[in-house]
Amino acid sequence: MQIKTLEDMQTAKKLGLAQLYPDKPKILVGMATCGLAAGAQKVFDLFQRKAQHEHWDGVVEKTGCIGFCYKEPLVDFILPDKPRLTYEQVTPDVAEELWSEISAGKIPEKHFLARLDIDDPILDGGPRKLYKGKLKGFLAKAPRYEDLDFFKLQRHLAMRNCGFVDPDNILHYIARGGYFALYKALTEMAPEEVIEAVTVAGLRGRGGGGFPTGVKWASCRKAQGWPKYVLCNADEGDPGAYMDRSLIEGDPHAILEGMLIGAYAIGSSEGYVYVRAEYPLAVKTLQRSILAAREAGLLGENIFGTGFSFDIKLNLGGGAFVCGESTALMASIEGKPGEPRAKYVHTVDKGLWNRPSNLNNVETWANVPLIIAKGADWYRDIGTEGSKGTKIFSLVGQVKNVGLVEVPMGISIKDMVNLIGGGVPETKEFKAIQIGGPSGGCIPRELWDLPIDFDSLWDAGAIMGSGGMIVMDDSTCMVDVAKFFLDFLIDESCGKCIPCRLGLKRMREILEEFSTGKGTVADLDELQSLAEAVKDGSLCALGGSAPNPVLSTLRYFREEYEAHVLRRKCPAAVCKELITYSINQELCNGCTACVQECPQGAITGEKKKPHQLNAALCIKCGACHEVCKFKAVEVF
Amino acid sequence: MSVTFKSLETILDQYPPNPEHLISALQDVQAKFSYIPKEAMTAVCDHLGVPVSRGWAVATFYKAFSLEPKGEHEISVCLGTACHVRGARNVYEKFRRDLAIPGEEGTTKDLKFTLRQVRCLGCCSMAPVAQIDEEVHGGLSQRKAGTLLKQFRKR
Ligand SMILES: Cc1cc2nc3c(=O)[nH]c(=O)nc-3n(C[C@H](O)[C@H](O)[C@H](O)COP(=O)(O)O)c2cc1C
Ligand code: SF4
Ligand code: FES
Repeated sequence: MQIKTLEDMQTAKKLGLAQLYPDKPKILVGMATCGLAAGAQKVFDLFQRKAQHEHWDGVVEKTGCIGFCYKEPLVDFILPDKPRLTYEQVTPDVAEELWSEISAGKIPEKHFLARLDIDDPILDGGPRKLYKGKLKGFLAKAPRYEDLDFFKLQRHLAMRNCGFVDPDNILHYIARGGYFALYKALTEMAPEEVIEAVTVAGLRGRGGGGFPTGVKWASCRKAQGWPKYVLCNADEGDPGAYMDRSLIEGDPHAILEGMLIGAYAIGSSEGYVYVRAEYPLAVKTLQRSILAAREAGLLGENIFGTGFSFDIKLNLGGGAFVCGESTALMASIEGKPGEPRAKYVHTVDKGLWNRPSNLNNVETWANVPLIIAKGADWYRDIGTEGSKGTKIFSLVGQVKNVGLVEVPMGISIKDMVNLIGGGVPETKEFKAIQIGGPSGGCIPRELWDLPIDFDSLWDAGAIMGSGGMIVMDDSTCMVDVAKFFLDFLIDESCGKCIPCRLGLKRMREILEEFSTGKGTVADLDELQSLAEAVKDGSLCALGGSAPNPVLSTLRYFREEYEAHVLRRKCPAAVCKELITYSINQELCNGCTACVQECPQGAITGEKKKPHQLNAALCIKCGACHEVCKFKAVEVF
Repeated sequence: MSVTFKSLETILDQYPPNPEHLISALQDVQAKFSYIPKEAMTAVCDHLGVPVSRGWAVATFYKAFSLEPKGEHEISVCLGTACHVRGARNVYEKFRRDLAIPGEEGTTKDLKFTLRQVRCLGCCSMAPVAQIDEEVHGGLSQRKAGTLLKQFRKR
């Protein structure tokens, strides 16, 4: 269907709505990467097969990820005039049970997660109540989304359509108000007004530095040169962050619409999305959405008959962290190794092929249609003084409820970990969060009332980064974490400048000495001053921020470093050279589980009698510790 | 798979002779042969009009490219941050021990398995995670890793 006018949009919207909320039952399976990894494909196939065989009068569809990754596979039932019902951990067996009830017109009670009474597509016309009258029986008592701790404080703006639409169906997107913001921008606003709105809204880049988006757009608009390029950074290099992947897989058109609006504002007719090749599903989803938008006339020549033309190409990244950096990313699109260059000439003036280029992150782009549709003032109301809007975090690591969380800026670390995350596993204690990835830092428990926004994180020695938030408990060693990030960064440094290439290596050597019990107090000082030198002397922000994990752990966890240096002990029992495994003779009941697992044959003993561990043979692999159900394997 | 003229041609046909397509074309070669054979590199570079040295510079810079043939099953163990704090290193070492890989990464002598490290598969919620061929396996422990290997040895 070609869309040229507002009437066309309305027609598309009607069609889409009839598909989103059909007058027959619909089964929706979450099929983003996290769902698929948990087995969603089998569940989807099962429902489809059943529906076909039994000539069921209903629809089976796929959707993206709503964020509850730890409950995957997730399945929704959308029944006419009923709340939307979400079921968790739906394995094929569970699906079979659910099917027999739902196809018989019953409402299953097992594996129930939550009900959704009101669907708020945000962009369009406001909330929509999904049923009339009063709920009865099981449904009346069933928890609502907003009753769940995981959900209470969340506000899905960038993720507005994730888990609601089929990402491959452009009509679904339009039905929830999509591309209306583009229409508004093209037909009612001058480019300068669009930039003004984004500036006043206070949108800051979600990809790393938090640079004001409106300011960047304005300089690119002013820059001399033609053509100008609009780029989307979907390289997502932070190991532990996957919100960009999820947005692409769940709602690709939001990103395309954001880029279209940006292109109009800046005066560009060509765009690129630079996406990690390691995200095959995201790549396919983007390809399909670009084709669909082209077919609808929403990408290409003369969009909405306004004379504005814009098209988007896809470029696959080769798996290098440094390629997320703006100048390296542009080199990579040009087909070269992704080496950064000094930025005394800004990329908004001379970027891709030396032309004015504007690069924004996936999540930044997804926020743009919101600002245009709802207005800058609406957007400004959300968040804190210096950080407006919401941010998606991947809450992962040692926390119970792992998943993607979108909250207004300014929420405290404590609420994030304890309320939304459900705390660290029992028997463990919360120690720190790591935020900002390899360029970020660790924030300790003492600071857990800290509001999470760009500026407070910066003051605390971390950065927002892309929003990877890794929860650590007392089984995480901070020296080991610092080493981990340095390993990553040494690997990923492009090697072009010396402080980064050699400084990081030397820092790594010092940490190695700590973790093997050979460090001295003088080394601690050297580490500190080296870190500062690398920070100041590196060419690009990879090197410039590489010392952050070291500096922040030194700042907040110095005693732990000192334990390694002065007492030759690793309090978290991680650094192999400093720990020994032993078997507690009182707790061991002689089950032989560890005997079978030990690759070294270091554990001996008869059945039902306490076992012995020969420390001389032990390689400290931890296999015994993992299998012992009686906590008899001790590590000190 | 041998590097036939035909299989390369289908890749090259998709790209106009322009250096900007170097990475994409090499990605296709990698997908087809699971590494970058010398002959393929020369053909790609000739077609796109870039010096072969630039081709190798690109192939060695990006992690996605392998310069050696790979085993029948590829095991990518995630050592990203979320997986790391949940004990991915020990799981990795288990794979390495059981497969008797001498270096950090590599291929078994019988060309049955290639073991490699990756940083984040985007399934952090299931950490620690490994991808074997196309399947993602989450919530790994050393014991689970051992069981998986046994299953794949039989395939
Ligand atoms: C080493 C390095 C890696 C980066 N990786 C990413 C990334 O994966 N994704 C991203 O959006 N930005 C990344 N950035 C930030 C980008 O350089 C750039 O600031 C950002 O994409 C701009 O978009 P924004 O203003 O919308 O955030 C990285 C920066 C550096 C220095
Ligand atoms: S700081 Fe590091 S990554 Fe950046 S240009 Fe220098 S060597 Fe390369
Ligand atoms: S850190 Fe392992 S999947 Fe993300």
